[in-house]
Amino acid sequence: MALTLEQVRHVATLARLALTPEEEQRFTTQLSAVLDAVAQLQALDVEAVEPTSHATLADSLLREDATRPSLPPEKSLANAPAKSGTSFAVPKIIE
Amino acid sequence: MPVSDFQPVIGLEVHAQLLTQSKIFCGCSTAFGAEPNRNTCPVCLGMPGVLPVLNQRVVEFAVRTGLALECTVKKTSVWSRKNYFYPDLPKGYQITQYDQPICEHGRLVIDTPQGEKVIRVRRIHMEEDAGKNVHDTSGGQSLVDLNRAGVPLLEIVSEPDLRDADEAVEYLKTLRDVLVYLGVNDGNLEEGSFRCDANVSVMPKGSSTYGQRCELKNLNSFRFLKQAIEYEISRQVDVIESGGKVDQETRLWDVNKGVTRSMRSKEEAHDYRYFPEPDLPPLHVSDAAIDAAAKALPELPRAKLTRFTSQYGLPAYDARILTAERPLADFFEACAAHYADAKKLSNWFLGELMRLLKEEGTPLSALRFTPAQLAELLGAVDKGTVSANAGKDVLGEMFRTGKAPADIIAEKGLAQVSDTGAIEAVVDDILAKNAGEVEKYRAGKKQVFGFFVGQVMRAMKGKGNPALVNELLKKKLGD
Repeated sequence: MALTLEQVRHVATLARLALTPEEEQRFTTQLSAVLDAVAQLQALDVEAVEPTSHATLADSLLREDATRPSLPPEKSLANAPAKSGTSFAVPKIIE
Repeated sequence: MPVSDFQPVIGLEVHAQLLTQSKIFCGCSTAFGAEPNRNTCPVCLGMPGVLPVLNQRVVEFAVRTGLALECTVKKTSVWSRKNYFYPDLPKGYQITQYDQPICEHGRLVIDTPQGEKVIRVRRIHMEEDAGKNVHDTSGGQSLVDLNRAGVPLLEIVSEPDLRDADEAVEYLKTLRDVLVYLGVNDGNLEEGSFRCDANVSVMPKGSSTYGQRCELKNLNSFRFLKQAIEYEISRQVDVIESGGKVDQETRLWDVNKGVTRSMRSKEEAHDYRYFPEPDLPPLHVSDAAIDAAAKALPELPRAKLTRFTSQYGLPAYDARILTAERPLADFFEACAAHYADAKKLSNWFLGELMRLLKEEGTPLSALRFTPAQLAELLGAVDKGTVSANAGKDVLGEMFRTGKAPADIIAEKGLAQVSDTGAIEAVVDDILAKNAGEVEKYRAGKKQVFGFFVGQVMRAMKGKGNPALVNELLKKKLGD
């Protein structure tokens, strides 16, 4: 299944990836090959098989609704490239 | 074609913050109003290597809400990742439920001018809230507070069964009352703990094909919901009338201008590339848990309203106000257990009590007097121990001090004089002092009667039993 260059550019934009024209070409070929491999699996008849959304069979583990100490704000913000007070500062969001 | 030739079609998506102590996937507090980023940890900050663990109360609340809205509660539901980039979404995805939500196919009955109407609920699912962006007007930057990131939400999606702005408002109010009754949400639109988006389209009347819809955001009051929908309906009709076509888009309600405007920034973001959340196994809810939740379901506003009209014989108007909030309904019932005349009790609730609650800004939970004391006061008014007017003053005093009505009546000397001898003496005195007026009355000028009543009551400082004052005056004047 051949992907178009447009589809690759769209996915790259959604993933915030800046690709060079050369990369766009290369990933179009590579991603098409991945989809081809998946297409082979789709040839199998799995009508009677329940879809596997998860690899583990673990049952839902729930926690009690109780608070636990949070991080001090200075720790939460330790990796922030920019901050203002105890807020993360980011480039202005324009609506 | 005029607007009246078009049929609006409206569906609402409601986001309700759940009243849990901790966030949906970590132990951070959900308390509102903390210093920015005070309630954050590696899980809700989206640090690498952390794992979400589901808060069981969120599941309980979702099941409870699903049952109250007559949904099918799914024994298995699946978590998904919704992928998009925004500064308030630290992981780059939101954990939500997508193709297998916890509840489906519910309904909510609302009142319309044409009678009851069933609005179908398509689905209810659980998800995490995003953080909050503050736009720093001075610095040319935006500030991000992640205290809200990970606060549990229920998203409740209706089918497009609403046909005008008023129905949409009624649905939203009815839904809010149900959630507040259930104790799962505080119903606060202004603070954003109960939020609503509206999908609006129009089609020619008689058509069965829906028009292209627009999603309206920023509807943080019932009034804005109504205004935005009405504006949007006429905007879409204008577009079609002038030969254009409505684009599917997200539009923001501009409060100041009173218009909806396109949010172009949201367009490409609609490609969310959902996939199953690998960090959380599918959620299983047992039959036993669903049964237990069904048994624990409180009486809902609509059922309570119906019961208030039948059990207490109250008019629908009274019943609706009394049952709008559960604490008020409960307090009414506690009082009704001590006092038989439910309509008279309702009058005191709708009048004096609600006025006091509003004026003093006191929540019912902080009320200083007991149901038995209120019943005692009403009994005193019935027996004529105090006049209805003085009774209002007594209630005000009970409200402020919590003293017993009998004590207040004694202390303030509010007891009504029902002693025939005492009233008679005053009546005689007033008639003697106003011989001229008495003549006029006897000559047929009956309206002078009110003057006598006023004089007697004034002489008795308002404490004369009005019925007795009237009776004695008439007797003395020879009627």
